[in-house]
Amino acid sequence: MNNYFKSSFVILSALIFFSCSKSGKSEETIKTNYESNKDSNLIAVASPPFSEFIFPCSRCHKNIEPNHKRRELVWAHDNIKLEHDEKNRWCLDCHDANNRDKLHLADGRLLDFTESYKLCGQCHGPTLRNWLAGEHGKRTGSWKGQKQYLLCVNCHNPHSPRFKPLEPLPRPMKPSELRDTNGIRL
Amino acid sequence: MKKNTDLTRREFIKGAAGIAGATVLASCGLSGDALEAFLQKHFKELSNDEKAEILKRIEDECKAKYGKEVAVVGTPAEEGVLFAYALDISRCIGCRRCVYGCCEENNQSRDPQIHWITVLEMDKSEGVNLEKANSYYEVDKVPQPDKFYFPVACQQCENPPCVKVCPVKATWKEPDGIVVVDYNWCIGCRCCITACPYGARHFNWAEPKIPTDELNPSMHYLGNRPRMKGCVEKCTFCIQRTRGEEKKYPKCVEVCPVGARKFGNLLDPSSEIRYILANKRVFIFKEELNTRPKFFYYYGL
Amino acid sequence: MIAKGNIAYYCWLILLLILILQGGFAYLHQFEKGLIVTNMRDQVSWAFYIGNFTFLVGVAAAAVMLVIPAYVYNWGPIKEIVVYGELLAVAAISMCLGFVLVDMGRPDRFWHLTPIIGIMNFPSSLLAWDAIVLNIYLLVNLTVVTNILYSLFMKKHYNHKIVLPLVIFSIPMAVSIHTVTAFLYNGMAARPYWNSAILAPRFLASAFCSGPAILLILFQVLRKTTSFRIKDEAIHKVAELMAYAMFINLFLFFAEVFKEYYSNTQHIVYMNYLFFGLNGKMSPIAIWGWLSVLFGVIAFLIFLFPKTRKNFVAMNIGCVMIYTSVYIEKGIALIIPGYTPTVLGEIYEYFPSIHELRISAAIFGVGFLLFTLMIKVSNSLLFEELSIETIKNREQ
Repeated sequence: MNNYFKSSFVILSALIFFSCSKSGKSEETIKTNYESNKDSNLIAVASPPFSEFIFPCSRCHKNIEPNHKRRELVWAHDNIKLEHDEKNRWCLDCHDANNRDKLHLADGRLLDFTESYKLCGQCHGPTLRNWLAGEHGKRTGSWKGQKQYLLCVNCHNPHSPRFKPLEPLPRPMKPSELRDTNGIRL
Repeated sequence: MKKNTDLTRREFIKGAAGIAGATVLASCGLSGDALEAFLQKHFKELSNDEKAEILKRIEDECKAKYGKEVAVVGTPAEEGVLFAYALDISRCIGCRRCVYGCCEENNQSRDPQIHWITVLEMDKSEGVNLEKANSYYEVDKVPQPDKFYFPVACQQCENPPCVKVCPVKATWKEPDGIVVVDYNWCIGCRCCITACPYGARHFNWAEPKIPTDELNPSMHYLGNRPRMKGCVEKCTFCIQRTRGEEKKYPKCVEVCPVGARKFGNLLDPSSEIRYILANKRVFIFKEELNTRPKFFYYYGL
Repeated sequence: MIAKGNIAYYCWLILLLILILQGGFAYLHQFEKGLIVTNMRDQVSWAFYIGNFTFLVGVAAAAVMLVIPAYVYNWGPIKEIVVYGELLAVAAISMCLGFVLVDMGRPDRFWHLTPIIGIMNFPSSLLAWDAIVLNIYLLVNLTVVTNILYSLFMKKHYNHKIVLPLVIFSIPMAVSIHTVTAFLYNGMAARPYWNSAILAPRFLASAFCSGPAILLILFQVLRKTTSFRIKDEAIHKVAELMAYAMFINLFLFFAEVFKEYYSNTQHIVYMNYLFFGLNGKMSPIAIWGWLSVLFGVIAFLIFLFPKTRKNFVAMNIGCVMIYTSVYIEKGIALIIPGYTPTVLGEIYEYFPSIHELRISAAIFGVGFLLFTLMIKVSNSLLFEELSIETIKNREQ
């Protein structure tokens, strides 16, 4: 009974994910019931932050012969500058050469973009464990029960994951700058 | 004969003083609402009916002052909940988005400016050393390479010194661990500000000014309802959000762009907070003062 | 009684009334705008008002300096001047209450602090204790003084059974008011500068050397302006007792300095701010810190040697010096370094605003006015033979 429930749930979620990604909406957050993250394979995540019109990748790539040569791209995707262990890694280490709508793990298993955290977790094990526990990353939603997780890529650009410095908001006013509402300081 | 005149003079003075006093009181502009506010009892002594009346009165006052419909609730603490907070100072970049997010959520006065969160910039080589800390840093980009950032707000202590010293019990610790203030009971003596080792309590030195379009209409009596001059305020773990129906995270947790802030129920073994306490090395700010805060700093990375 | 006096007396009264009036207007402005008209901020949240309050509590406690030899040791020459000590206590406590009231953010909520109508956080809050003991002390002194003066007026002997126990009771009360005020500071673990065990003894020692200083000057004034023949003996005795208090005061101060500079922990930063400065910048209050110490030492030396102590010119200089020294010590040297640097390491340089000065001047004016009027009345009763009989005679 439990297995039946789980498998039908997975199929349902997959259908929802698939239909959502087809429509190209990148802001929709999918909520599912969140059970203990140690036991369940199911985590409620936000959608992958695709650039507009980029997905599904197979629209272009089903007609392009995969080129396994490590190189810098010039014909397309030249706006992506890889700053993620670029000495050792390149595009097809994560993106599947034959099915560009998927990512792949080290052993060749394919992953949906919605499960990209499993790919990140291959190298970033401790971070993945912390993320599953809710310590890594940002929490939104409710502190009790239903939590919304963000994918790694919702915060970290997978091609250049390190956060860029931000401009800080204004400093607080110094006590000597707080004046009588007439602006008079005596 | 002189004696008689003396007595009459005395009586006259007494009578005149009495009438004068009564006139002053009456003409003080003490309307019905103002008189009610003046005589209002301590929040913990109010019956449910009295509470409802007072909440309604505050809603009306806000409507009159800001021209905006607001909702003020008095949601009590939930059983089995003890809030705690964790902050990863290896991740904080000092961007101050939490400071201003908190300002907007909690209706803090813009003029004179009140911030419930103070972000201290410290030297990486010194560690947590308050003598070299600076909260007024003004730089183009954060984080600066040789600095780290240490935000401080109310630590919601289990053994709060501010509660100990308040002469009128205007501040107390709620069952879910939040230290709250009844803004209508506070007499503004600032004993609590003096007693707080974390600089977490702030005084309304003048009548607070909030622009109407920035007013957050979803309010809690002990939390983000607009305060008045002469009373003390501080972080309440966004009591209007955390105790609300949706049980939301405090605003600072949601607004932090790097996920440095964590919040949860200490009594729930599956919460992030419990995970952090079990797996990370936390430290307590000014631990030697035995305030037992429910705010844990740690280095996650 | 109070309407009769010479030109100097009237000028004094008018000056005080002017001070009170201008302060009244300043207070109205503060009441309307809020405490932002002061220079107090979150960083330094107690300053001039509370500094004056602390000093005046000490002055009020000092009346006991006269009570102990007069009633405990039954020393005649002082007995007749005890009333003045208690009048000073009444005036000082009134000023204390005034300063607390102007310092409150919501003085209209004063009733929240009363025991039954409001809520009093007793015994946890030291401020609640302070409210209780100050009012009891005021009541005790008022009762004693009214009783004595009224009996004089009615040409009766005052009721020993009421007055004597109250007078004796006022001794531990006087100690308690200043101890409780000291504990108010002492108990704040957040402020290491105050969190010292000897703060309460320091308070008492400095109170006992500064309070009587006012009285000594007052007695000399009374000797010149009334028929009051205060014996030199009495003045010299009070001065001698003050010398002991000054020694203890200096010794406790030295003990505090030793602890800070020998142990040399981070907590030294507060005393460094008081006497030197931080971050290479000279502290604006350093001059006051050193002045307080200097005056205290010189006054002690004057009072130590009988030759200088019994010389009225030197003694008066000593009185002014010790009064100034303790005034600075309780205000600038106690409060400001406690807050500077703040608990988060910030330095806010506080100085009183015009409004604070004006309002404080008004409260001092009220206190001095009360004191003057009370002395005038008691003078008439004590020395000008004013009594119910003289009034009856006048009418006939």
